[in-house]
Amino acid sequence: MATITDPPSEGFRLSQLIYDTRYRSLTIQVVASIFIMLGIAFLFMNVVTNLQALGKDFDFGFLGNRAGYDINQRLIEYSNNSTHGRAAMVGILNTLLVAFLGCIVATVLGIFAGVMRLSKNWLVAKLMAVYVEGFRNIPLLLWILVIFAVMTESAPQPRDFRGEDASASMILFDSVAVTNRGIFVPAPIWGPNSGILVAVFLLSLVAIWAFRRYAHKRQEETGEILPVFWISLGLFFVPSILAYFVLGQPVSLRYPELAGFNFEGGIQLRNSLIALWFALSLYTGAFIAEIVRAGILAISKGQTEAAYALGLRPNRTMSLVILPQALRVIIPPLISQYLNLTKNSSLAIAVGYMDVRSTLGGITINQTGRELEGMLLLGCFYLATSLIISGAMNVYNNSVKLKER
Amino acid sequence: MKKSVFYGTLAVAAVAAGTLSAQTLAEVQERGSLNCGVSTGLTGFAAPDASGEWQGFDVAMCRAVAAAVLGDAMAVEFVPTTGQTRFTALASGEIDMLARNTTWTFSRDVDLGFEFVGVNYYDGQGFMVPRDLGVSSAMELDGATVCIQTGTTTELNLADFFSSNGMSYEPVPIETNAEAQQQYLAGACDVYTTDASGLAATRATFEDPSAHVILPEIISKEPLGPLVRHGDNQWGDIVRWTLNGLVSAEELGITSANVAELATGTDNPEINRMLGTEGEYGAMLGLDGDWMVRVISSVGNYGEIFEGNIGENTPIGLARGLNAQWTDGGLLYSPPFR
Amino acid sequence: MSEVHAQTVAYVRDTMIPQEAPPPTEAGAIKWLRENLFSSWLNAILTVVSLYVIYWVVSHVAGWMLFGIWDAGSLSECREVRDATYGEGASVACWAVLTDRWDQLMFGFYPSELYWRPVLALVLFLVAIAPVLYDSLPRKMLWFTAASPFVLFFLLWGGTIWGPLAVAAGFAIGWAVLRFATPVIGDLGGIVAAFVVPILYWFFAVGPIAGALGNAIPIGIEFVPSDDFGGFMLAFVIGIAGIILSLPLGILLALGRQSDLFIINKFSVIFIEVIRGVPLIVWLFTASLLLNYFLPPGTNFDLMLRVIIMVTLFSAAYLAEVVRGGLAALPRGQYEGADSLGLDYWQSMRLIILPQALKISIPGIVSTFIGLFKDTTLVVFIGLLDPIGLSNAIRATTDWNGIYWELFIFIGLCFFVCCYAMSQYSQWLERKLRTDHR
Repeated sequence: MATITDPPSEGFRLSQLIYDTRYRSLTIQVVASIFIMLGIAFLFMNVVTNLQALGKDFDFGFLGNRAGYDINQRLIEYSNNSTHGRAAMVGILNTLLVAFLGCIVATVLGIFAGVMRLSKNWLVAKLMAVYVEGFRNIPLLLWILVIFAVMTESAPQPRDFRGEDASASMILFDSVAVTNRGIFVPAPIWGPNSGILVAVFLLSLVAIWAFRRYAHKRQEETGEILPVFWISLGLFFVPSILAYFVLGQPVSLRYPELAGFNFEGGIQLRNSLIALWFALSLYTGAFIAEIVRAGILAISKGQTEAAYALGLRPNRTMSLVILPQALRVIIPPLISQYLNLTKNSSLAIAVGYMDVRSTLGGITINQTGRELEGMLLLGCFYLATSLIISGAMNVYNNSVKLKER
Repeated sequence: MKKSVFYGTLAVAAVAAGTLSAQTLAEVQERGSLNCGVSTGLTGFAAPDASGEWQGFDVAMCRAVAAAVLGDAMAVEFVPTTGQTRFTALASGEIDMLARNTTWTFSRDVDLGFEFVGVNYYDGQGFMVPRDLGVSSAMELDGATVCIQTGTTTELNLADFFSSNGMSYEPVPIETNAEAQQQYLAGACDVYTTDASGLAATRATFEDPSAHVILPEIISKEPLGPLVRHGDNQWGDIVRWTLNGLVSAEELGITSANVAELATGTDNPEINRMLGTEGEYGAMLGLDGDWMVRVISSVGNYGEIFEGNIGENTPIGLARGLNAQWTDGGLLYSPPFR
Repeated sequence: MSEVHAQTVAYVRDTMIPQEAPPPTEAGAIKWLRENLFSSWLNAILTVVSLYVIYWVVSHVAGWMLFGIWDAGSLSECREVRDATYGEGASVACWAVLTDRWDQLMFGFYPSELYWRPVLALVLFLVAIAPVLYDSLPRKMLWFTAASPFVLFFLLWGGTIWGPLAVAAGFAIGWAVLRFATPVIGDLGGIVAAFVVPILYWFFAVGPIAGALGNAIPIGIEFVPSDDFGGFMLAFVIGIAGIILSLPLGILLALGRQSDLFIINKFSVIFIEVIRGVPLIVWLFTASLLLNYFLPPGTNFDLMLRVIIMVTLFSAAYLAEVVRGGLAALPRGQYEGADSLGLDYWQSMRLIILPQALKISIPGIVSTFIGLFKDTTLVVFIGLLDPIGLSNAIRATTDWNGIYWELFIFIGLCFFVCCYAMSQYSQWLERKLRTDHR
């Protein structure tokens, strides 16, 4: 909007600051920055006076004090003798865990529902529409509460597994117990030589990657298409399974057993985690389904027809023509859905999942009375997470973006 | 359209401009209503009834103070607070007093800068288990899954209790009492722990209360009481002596039924001092002479409040226990009106 | 010619055969079933699975819902009625909690004799919003829309009528300054004065003027403090106030983010990213726990107002991104065309750019509003009694302790109706505004 005018013949006048477009933007910015500075200084001064009036200081020392409360799900070592800082770390890891799991399941659900909503099957399309509209139009908090309650009410209690005529039993050859306190799955015990097994598995992953590159290159050069899928599948399983038996079964499983009040041994996926995970996934999945549907509909029908005219089979049309184009439409809103999911995981408090909002932002603040410092740390954590996720996804987005010239 | 916020700011700032200094009494009287922080809902202690009136044991404490200060027990604005927002609401002047089953602890009294004016309910943390679990003592709870309400002192007590007895447990933190109750009934936890009064209140509403037992161990002291901000001693005195007055009234046999009669003068000088027929006790607090008459005639004495909200004739059915008068073997012991 | 053919070629039919019905597999319900449900093996399997899912859900829920009990005063009474009607321990809903606590769920603690005020406010809001939603309505109605925030505020909170009037007068003053002072002090001076004078007026004059007028001519209705707001009314007030206030702020932020001015641009970017990067629940806690740290000592204002401000800022940041998308989607030629006409920045924005950009971003704006409305449920965490908060409070009474699903289903249904209506409107508008033919 700035237009170039001839330099004034006479010297600089004060009124030019307002009327001359070359200087006006400068004036506006200076005035704006003065106001912003004043505003910030005002808030800062208030904080200082208020803290003084309340006799509080601004100090993060409380993070080093003993926390005194227990957390049920801890990915790192923690007991009630650990510090508040450690409790915050446990919470951060729990938040990241549920966000990560949620993003994966939400994507799968979203793609499934989005594609199914375009299905020719009337009933399936309508069912998916009900799912999408239902989850999009009812608050997440309500869904979290309802899903949590449904899981608690419908799954059997550990007590039901007890006795001769137990009303519930473990599934999958007595290895997995589904209870209303969570799902107990066998835990692996890493014996000697298990390091080699892991190494073999990692090597086979590398091999799959190398083979795919080779197959791609070869197709570019000769036009010959290798059965990539089957060979990848073979590479994924065969070496690891062979190594497992050659090394004498180094990894064994510890099955959950009913002991005392509860199942012991094995890994417990707590109900709070599962409920939050599913609620977040189902909710975000409904939004992703709409994004996927819009993305597929955005690709004009001519693209499909042209691909058929070239003689491509339907699945290749989808994977080579439609999806790459649809992805460009899908990915930017998908990123913001991932961000939303991560932020929505702060509703964990409703089901008692100990995320960072419940530990640092809940119990710690409540016990220490350090709301200013605690909230600041909490805000910074979420902000940093959001910026990192959106940064990483933007890099990916740029790599698939249409290179315009 | 942004301006309606602006106007709102002005209007409300004008109405609610609270200062942290020692003028709470004057402000409350000028405003014409008492802002009293209560729980967002705790059976027997604070909950709205069908017509929107708040009812309960803690609510009665607010009403008593309003009756003393404003002459109208209904002139209370109840501000629901959560475990997390209660202290900030009080510190910022949003509420004049907090009557929300809050445990009197050293750090809350000293470090957070509040003044507990007394104890209106002696509570302790207990455990409830289903009867068919066959547990008779909290010492048998090794390895149990325990539902707790988060954001309170209960989770600290629980951690201390289990670790000092060398037992392990699995905490299931829950935000509200209603959720915890649903989890417990569905068997998602073996034990529900909270204040014993809360356990009794919760159990009373079960479809089959006899299927659940409250274990004998009480693992903590939970003196619950109303609190005010540090620094306004006059206001603190008013709330403190309203509470003491309720307790003394029961001890001296003053009830809502006979207070009008006794207020005309009796042979007992303490009753006379309390009800304003002797001495200038009301004026010393900055109130008028018959402040205590209004309190008792509108909400009754401590015993009446207890019986009406949580006592044995209510669905909650709490026994007086520790909350009996000292003459009956309890802990209620009001300093004399002298 | 045809006659010739008809006579000479024996095998040519000379009459039309009557139209026949299509074969049964290609008509009516069967055709529809075949095409829509059983067109392939995969589809057939999907259909059967879907039918089973529907059957399972309906069989588990329908009886419970339909045979529910509507008339009881408490849960135990409900259980007695149930045992008497359906036998011991039958599983039926107890909808009586809704009839018993209907007023509370709808209005919170608003005085019952004043229920007409929020109801009237809702009706007036719908009238005010109608000309914005449907452009077939007369444009004159927009004047009422402009006045509606003051009317709604007055109706909901009550108090003296002079408060809203005195604030509204500020706009008139601003307009008058712009109209009459501009010829005297020039364009820019006029615009600056039109901002500064009303702001000074609002800061320093509104309180005394409204107070004086209120004392002189006391006209007003009963004042209702915000503490009495609750239930769906609270959700609506927070949601609608947030929607109304966040739109202008969001547009300004979007323009700021598109601006060439370095400081304004960076400030907008930082503001938007910080607000969007942190969950609303953390902002709400900030509003309830921290805001008094940032205000001058001694000031303290209404929790509900603080929540409205936070919700407004939050959704303004989201709206800014939506509007920015709309601005970016406009062809560059539109900007250049506006410049070439000699329009200044505000003129080109007002007349050329924003009308088009906002039109493109309507679906995004509406979905932001739906999100905002749903997010009002989060206020339960800071102790405001919205529908979910009230459901907790209701369950804390001895009458209804133990009731669970009925309240959630009802609340969910109400939210669904409101949000679904909004999303249907946005889809209708999208179809109407679509000018391309794909």
